[in-house]
Amino acid sequence: MSEKPRLIYFNGRGRMESVRWLLAAARVEFEEIFLDTREQYVKLIKDGSLMFQQVPLVEIDGMKMVQTRAILSYIAGKYNLYGKDLKERAFIDMYVEGITDLMHMILMFPFSPPEAKEKNLALITERATHRYFPVFEKALKQHGQDFLVGNQVSWADIQLMEVILAVEEKTPAVLLAFPQLQAFKTRMSNMPAIKKFLQPGSPRKPPPDDHYVSTVLKVLAEE
Amino acid sequence: MSGKPKLHYFNGRGRMESIRWLLAAAGVEFDECFLETRDDLLKLQKSGALLFQQVPMVEIDGMKMVQTRAIGNYIAAKYNLYGKDLKERALIDMYVEAIIDLDELLMMYALQPADKKEQYLANIVDKATNRYFPVYEKVLKDQGQDFLVGNQLSRADVQLLEALLMAEEYKSDILAKFPLLQSFKARISNVPTIKKFLQPGSQRKPPLQEKDLPKVMKIFNLGH
Repeated sequence: MSEKPRLIYFNGRGRMESVRWLLAAARVEFEEIFLDTREQYVKLIKDGSLMFQQVPLVEIDGMKMVQTRAILSYIAGKYNLYGKDLKERAFIDMYVEGITDLMHMILMFPFSPPEAKEKNLALITERATHRYFPVFEKALKQHGQDFLVGNQVSWADIQLMEVILAVEEKTPAVLLAFPQLQAFKTRMSNMPAIKKFLQPGSPRKPPPDDHYVSTVLKVLAEE
Repeated sequence: MSGKPKLHYFNGRGRMESIRWLLAAAGVEFDECFLETRDDLLKLQKSGALLFQQVPMVEIDGMKMVQTRAIGNYIAAKYNLYGKDLKERALIDMYVEAIIDLDELLMMYALQPADKKEQYLANIVDKATNRYFPVYEKVLKDQGQDFLVGNQLSRADVQLLEALLMAEEYKSDILAKFPLLQSFKARISNVPTIKKFLQPGSQRKPPLQEKDLPKVMKIFNLGH
C-alpha cells in the first residue's frame, strides 16, 4: 500500500494545481486519479468521500482532505513551508491570500462567456501589475532576501512563482517593470525541486483548453 | 495608546463580522474605525495602510493585517482556538472553509436583483440543509462531544454558531431537522464570552438593511 498522497481531480490545473506545486516543492511524490466522467464523481459522493460534495480531494495521512486552503495549509505546516512563528505565518497567509485572489481570476477565466473574455483578461493584467506584483516587488526590495518571508522558502514563494508563470502565459511581458520579481523567478526556477517540476513529464498540468472546460462542466453537470 | 486591535471596515457585518466573533469569543476587546464614504476608503488606500487596497484591515500586534482568512488564522492561533496539533488544525480548516463558502452565499443575497432573490434564497436553503448542516450534525453525533474538534472550543465552533444564527435570519426553522445543531447552538451561545457578544450593546452588527445597501455599494464602488 502506497503512503503517497493521492490527488483526486480533473486532469487539469484548476484548484488542484497549487497543491501539485506545493507537494512538488516539498519533494513529496504523489499519485493522481483523474475525473473524466460524471459517474466517477457521483460515486465519490455516494461513497461519502467528499465531505462537502466537492473536489479537490486529497487523501493524505489517513485523512480525506477537502477544501483547497485546508489542504494547502496542512501540507505547508507539515513540510516546514509555513514560517517559524505566528507572525511569519501571518505574512505568509496575507501574501498567499492576495495571490489566491489573482489566481482565482485566472482559474475562472476559461469559464467566462466569450464576450467577457477580453475584459477579464485586461482585468487580470491590471490587477497583477497594479495591485499584486508591486507588493511582492516591494517586499523583496525592502529586505533584499531571496524569499518573501523569514529568509527561507515558504508557501508564499511557491504560490508567487505559480501565479507569475500563469500571468505570463496570458501577458508575456508582465514582469517588465518588476526587476526583483524577474530575479525571484529565475532563482525559484533553479531550485532543484521546482526545476524538476517545470520539466516535461512532471505532474504539472498544461493551461486549460476547451476539452478541460467541457470535462469540468460535464462532470459537475453545470450549465 | 491602546493595545487593543483596531478594525477598519464599514459599520456592518460583511467580511469583518467573523473577525468580530472570533475576537469576542477569545475575550479580546477591540476598537472599530468605520468607513462611511468612498472617500474614507480612498484615504485609507492612499495612506498605504491596505496591502492590497482592500478592507477588512485589522491593526494588531504592530501589523496592519488584511485578508480575512489571514486575520482569522492569526487570531485563532494566538488565542488558542486552532486545535492542539496539525491534524486538529486540518479538521478545523476544512470545517471553517465550508462555513466561509456558506457565509459567502448568505452575504451575496443582498446584492441579488429583486426578481432573482426568491430563487437565490431557495438555493441558500438547499445548500445549507443538504450540503453543509448534515456534515456538522454528523460530526456532533459521531463524537458525542460538546465541540466540533478536539473536545475544546475552537474557531470552527464559533464560526459555525455565527453561520447557524445568520441562516436562521433567512429561514427561522432552517434547523428543524438538525437536533444536534440546535443543542450545539444553545450550548455555544452560553459560553460566557459569546453570551456577552450576543447581548444588545455588543459590537455584533445587525443584518444589512435594504436602505443601507446603496451606501455600502458606494463605498466599495459596486454595482455597474
